[in-house]
Amino acid sequence: MERKTHVLAEAGRQDIMITRSFDLPVVLLYEAYTTPDIIEQWMGTKVLQFELKRSGAFEFETSDPKGQVVFTAGGVHHELVEHQSIIRTFEMNMPGFETQLEFLHFEAVADASSKLTMQIIYRSPQHRERQLKLPFAFGLNMAHNRLQEIFDSLK
Amino acid sequence: MNLRRDVFQAIADPTRRAILMLVATKAMTAGAIAANFDTARPTVSKHLQILTTCELLEQEYNGREIYYHFNPEKMKEVSDFIEPFRKMWDNRFNKLESIMRSRHSKK
Repeated sequence: MERKTHVLAEAGRQDIMITRSFDLPVVLLYEAYTTPDIIEQWMGTKVLQFELKRSGAFEFETSDPKGQVVFTAGGVHHELVEHQSIIRTFEMNMPGFETQLEFLHFEAVADASSKLTMQIIYRSPQHRERQLKLPFAFGLNMAHNRLQEIFDSLK
Repeated sequence: MNLRRDVFQAIADPTRRAILMLVATKAMTAGAIAANFDTARPTVSKHLQILTTCELLEQEYNGREIYYHFNPEKMKEVSDFIEPFRKMWDNRFNKLESIMRSRHSKK
């Protein structure tokens, strides 16, 4: 199967490039990133606050399947260009993590397909490394649990 | 986990990356490697030591000379390391796609 999501993390750098092609019109892709109740579904997080404007803050709260809060995260929208781009900060409120800068670029490929390019810039290569390791700690388990929940709800 | 971090630290340095690229093409002695750099010989030796400790390079004794080999298996660990992160985003994006498709078809 073709890998639709690519992650480029070049050695010695402090940024990550994530690219993904979607079988969705670019309008819907942008909507998924800017509508709180949709973000909640695909990010698997609770959206406590979401101000879709320049200098508007957003805040997420992520819990484990038992309802225990694992971490909160948040940031500020810096620039929003409808159906084109979002520039924002993002920070996981956990020891050892600092604010990162995210450049999201939304691109129409055809009427019903689009592409997302996301560049995340960290304070240092070490901070980037810490983020890359996170799925080992719990990210992957949680994603797996969420998938399980979806399968269960389909039954 | 510590060993993996060492691999990351090892490849974070531009000179060490240059050494890896050089040795990847063919096994070389420390002297031959150092000849490719303006840096002092002891500095190159230090880099070789770090790369050998984290197993990105392997030493092979040939008579009195030591040849350095590149270990691609170790390099693969670095990409394996990124794989869970990629998978996490892939899962999220798959979900985003299916949510938006079902919303769209309902409209």
